[in-house]
Amino acid sequence: MPQFNFANWLDLPYVEKNIGLESYDAIKLISFDGWAVNVTIFNSWIVMAIIVFVSWLATRHLSYGKQVSKLQTALEALVLWLQNEANETSGSRNNQYLGMALGLFSFILVANLLTFIPWFKPPTASLSTTMALALVVFLAIPYFSIQNAGVKGYLRKFVEPIPLMLPMNVFSECFSIFAMGLRLFGNMLSGVMFGAILSAFIPFVAPLTMQTLGLLTGTIQAYIFALLAVVYTSAVKEEIKPEI
Amino acid sequence: MDAYAIIGAASVIGACLCMGIGSIGSSLGEGQAAASALQAMAQQPDEASRIRSTMFVSLAMIETTALYSLLIAFLILYANPFWNYAVNQ
Repeated sequence: MPQFNFANWLDLPYVEKNIGLESYDAIKLISFDGWAVNVTIFNSWIVMAIIVFVSWLATRHLSYGKQVSKLQTALEALVLWLQNEANETSGSRNNQYLGMALGLFSFILVANLLTFIPWFKPPTASLSTTMALALVVFLAIPYFSIQNAGVKGYLRKFVEPIPLMLPMNVFSECFSIFAMGLRLFGNMLSGVMFGAILSAFIPFVAPLTMQTLGLLTGTIQAYIFALLAVVYTSAVKEEIKPEI
Repeated sequence: MDAYAIIGAASVIGACLCMGIGSIGSSLGEGQAAASALQAMAQQPDEASRIRSTMFVSLAMIETTALYSLLIAFLILYANPFWNYAVNQ
């Protein structure tokens, strides 16, 4: 028999609760016998629903000419901007990285911008979400590399200067992805923590400044995450012929 | 002094030192990167958008070291394994 505790959703973040790094994951909303849905998962469902709804709303009556809706124009501008950025960064001509970059960008952007709702605990301020996003990039690296350069070209990257560097290359591959997840987590967590600590001292106006700054850093973090994903996945391109 | 006092005092001092010392290098590096990017933008205004995107990426990379010390400070302050060990004793 599932139990619903949706009153927990209204807990203000990190205030008067047991403060901790995993405290979002500890707030249970729906609990069954053996498992539970915590607030991180529930809030990422909200984010996904918003993205799907806005996309459906914008692509419902696709048109061209003078009857183009405002939402369609806005989303087209966003997609074209990110397509331009991804193609410029990766050097690809067939928009191959657009799907991954746009997916990561829109999820992180909506999750970070929803922090303007005081009760919303951004799912990106939980280590499990950011590490899952980083894992997506970790799996996308061999996919795009093998697509672009073949298995041989992908494996050659690991013995690139000399074969002695193999453990170093493997380590740096894993650690750069790990750092990507930690970066997003650290930025979002610090924003939420500063807001919570300030609101404990000066409850009314002062947290507003930090939260406004948090919107800016959240947008930049979404852009950086998407761009770094493109940079890492496009590191191996075509097979380089040895110069004689 | 019992174990709680020692662990608590060492944790607070350690977190402050970690954040303070850890952010020096990253802030200096970020300042240098931003200054160079501004100089490049002033010299070549046509390339400003590309320089700006590269600057953001490199700033994020540089910032990572400060974020590591921030995470370590949070870990020390809010999820201290030694404190939990002393409580469970």
